[in-house]
Amino acid sequence: MSKNDRFGRRTVAVTGIGVVTALGVGKRENWQALTAGKSGIHAITRFPVDLLSTRISGMVDFLPSSTRGASALTDELAETAGREALAEAGLDTALGGPLFLAAPPVELDWHERFALYRHGPEQEEGYRRLLAVARDGRRPDAYDQTQFGMIAERLAELFGARGLPVTLSTACASGATAIQLGVEAIRRGECDRALAIGADGSATAEALIRFSLLSALSTQNEPPEKASRPFSKDRDGFVISEGSAALVLESLESAQARGAEILGVIRGCGEKADDFHRTRSKPDGSPAIAAVRAALADAGMAADEVGYINAHGTSTPENDKMEHLSLSTVFGERMREIPISSNKSMIGHTLSAAGAIEAAFSLLTMREGVIPPTINYDTPDPAIELDVVPNIKRHADVASTLSNSFGFGGQNACLVMGREPV
Amino acid sequence: MSDQDVVITGIGIVSCLGVGRQAHWDALTADSPAPVVDAERFSPYSVHPLPEIDWSAQIPRRGDQRQMETWQRLGTYAAGLALDDAAIKGDEALCATMDMIVAAGGGERDLAVDTAILDASLTRNDQDLLLNEKLTTELRPTLFLAQLSNLLAGNISIVHKVTGSSRTFMGEEGAGVSALETAVARIRAGQSSHLLVGGAFQSEHPDYLLSYELDGLLHRGDWAPVWARGERGGIITGSGAAFLVLETRAHAQERGRKAYAMIGRIVSEGSSRAPETFPDRIGALIETASNGVTPAFAMSGASGAAAATVAEKTALDKRGLAARGFSSLTGHLKEAQFPFAVALAALAVEKNHALAPFDAGCETAAAAVGAVVATTIGYRRGEGAALIEPA
Repeated sequence: MSKNDRFGRRTVAVTGIGVVTALGVGKRENWQALTAGKSGIHAITRFPVDLLSTRISGMVDFLPSSTRGASALTDELAETAGREALAEAGLDTALGGPLFLAAPPVELDWHERFALYRHGPEQEEGYRRLLAVARDGRRPDAYDQTQFGMIAERLAELFGARGLPVTLSTACASGATAIQLGVEAIRRGECDRALAIGADGSATAEALIRFSLLSALSTQNEPPEKASRPFSKDRDGFVISEGSAALVLESLESAQARGAEILGVIRGCGEKADDFHRTRSKPDGSPAIAAVRAALADAGMAADEVGYINAHGTSTPENDKMEHLSLSTVFGERMREIPISSNKSMIGHTLSAAGAIEAAFSLLTMREGVIPPTINYDTPDPAIELDVVPNIKRHADVASTLSNSFGFGGQNACLVMGREPV
Repeated sequence: MSDQDVVITGIGIVSCLGVGRQAHWDALTADSPAPVVDAERFSPYSVHPLPEIDWSAQIPRRGDQRQMETWQRLGTYAAGLALDDAAIKGDEALCATMDMIVAAGGGERDLAVDTAILDASLTRNDQDLLLNEKLTTELRPTLFLAQLSNLLAGNISIVHKVTGSSRTFMGEEGAGVSALETAVARIRAGQSSHLLVGGAFQSEHPDYLLSYELDGLLHRGDWAPVWARGERGGIITGSGAAFLVLETRAHAQERGRKAYAMIGRIVSEGSSRAPETFPDRIGALIETASNGVTPAFAMSGASGAAAATVAEKTALDKRGLAARGFSSLTGHLKEAQFPFAVALAALAVEKNHALAPFDAGCETAAAAVGAVVATTIGYRRGEGAALIEPA
């Protein structure tokens, strides 16, 4: 087994994985639920749903921070997944490499704004009043929520990361971008290890309403677990969700030298920006096609080597159609036979975390030899001819996987992963 | 000198000092460089406001302009300036293969909606319901997109057709440091041939001021240079942007483009700031970036925040390095701070000109320019330094 890939670059292995989704905490719980075809989508209880057309989500409601606002929950989600991944890698708090954190752009929580406003001078209005309160005395808790670099700094210290941590957002492709940044850093020889985390605890009322206004969310509220139905004819939007995943990325050489178990390898990353529209993708799918091709090229792989595709599969009418078009273009006739499933049918769309969570599940898919299903596939879309692994898991020998992530703002990022080094 | 050297071939900058590199150079080399200060609008805070900008010059379609608020417009505009300057704008092939890293905060919130909700909150106990009522009826969908951090990059793709790749880093000044550091590392390693990197900051919005003031970080009262804001210190924010076109020397030569400067060693840190060791840590950072070269001066991104600014000054003084604290003139540009420092340093290197002090009280004369070190010590976290050398 070579320490380098087909291009003579250092092979990047995965030596630790951590996951939190609405299905639970940790790989074991998640994998059991995911392969059982269980949905984590449920009625929203965190805030009142009066007047909302979407009243369901895949929120993570069982952590201590679940009711403490988007910033605190994102932080706890990232930490929980990070701890699991580092423990599995046998590193705990001794990462010794950079941290790449994909996180939502969180703003000061409304409850903080209300509290500040109440304490403000009565003669002032609006933001002048908020500023007057702030001027009166420091508000460190509220302040921390406004600083995008805060969570990564805390985690970097906690995990023993090296250097200035990177916090990033490429919308719904963020998790994949975090992994890509780690892979690139290891290939450049800057580090032997990197921790890539995608975390998103930002399913607030405002976030939900904003996505609703863009008609992006499913409104099929009853029953909640049936709302996310990727590739189905009656799909009507994604289900907003929360979660996190962390991957310890490590040069194969370093992993082998310290006897770490190799959980899989990241063979290639590809990206391509779309210049068509702020929320819609180019009708011919060319940017997504280019991103998939770039990932395959970066992996030094031919299209026919891909054994399974972990779809972006959001369950929006547009995404699933575009994803089908793009994949059919790249894989041709064979696309009808390649198994492709959407984890989002069960966990919903975890936004900034999705790319990392789905990479984690892709690695587990190959390791366990089990493909999680696309649930709620009751009414196939005749325009989308795919083997979506409908409703029930499938045992399969999968050696390599493509995972897609597409986001608002023309973001397209794809990862190619392998079960073992080549 | 190597083909893989990373050189700067395009500079797009905007601040209260003007639009574009020439306006900035003129302002910085004036007899006594003076800032533009608006002390009224957000009193007791001062801000350095945007100059007059003809948005259509870089964002020709009105429809595109309407999809953005000032922050995204400003960044898209400055990115266009940089692309123009590097003669890449409009070159479909170059734009389609160009990578991009944007350092971003968030876009503007809707003041009217926020104010209406805050006011109503005083007379109601069901605040969550109030949010649903107001947000479902009053939020404009467009504004949500104008708020998204990665949509500055998205708009640059749409308006300027830069579509090789698109990554957005967040995290205040550190985002700008990491963006440049990653850009340079990718180009050096052959992971990218040409890249657009930078950021923008729009300070003329109270929500942005609030994020500083929740920790008491803003300067109050009359304008003063960054080094002279007393024991309490204080940040005066500015609206501005800086985008750079970076490419390998070989790539620039192949296109027949002259470079402003070369980026030498670039370093970052994010460790904790124990007061007793912080100045030495900054000193070591500058030392590492300088890589054995003695820079003519430091183009410093000091913010005015007390601890960080004093520590940086101590470190510079100890090395006998003259400082040029550009935030005295432009205000603090947050995510754009480090790209802006590098842009100004590159101009000084290209013109081989020792800039006179921006603040005669605290800054000393500098030697003739060979190399300049650009620094940004974040007001709370994140530090970066880069050596900018003659191309």
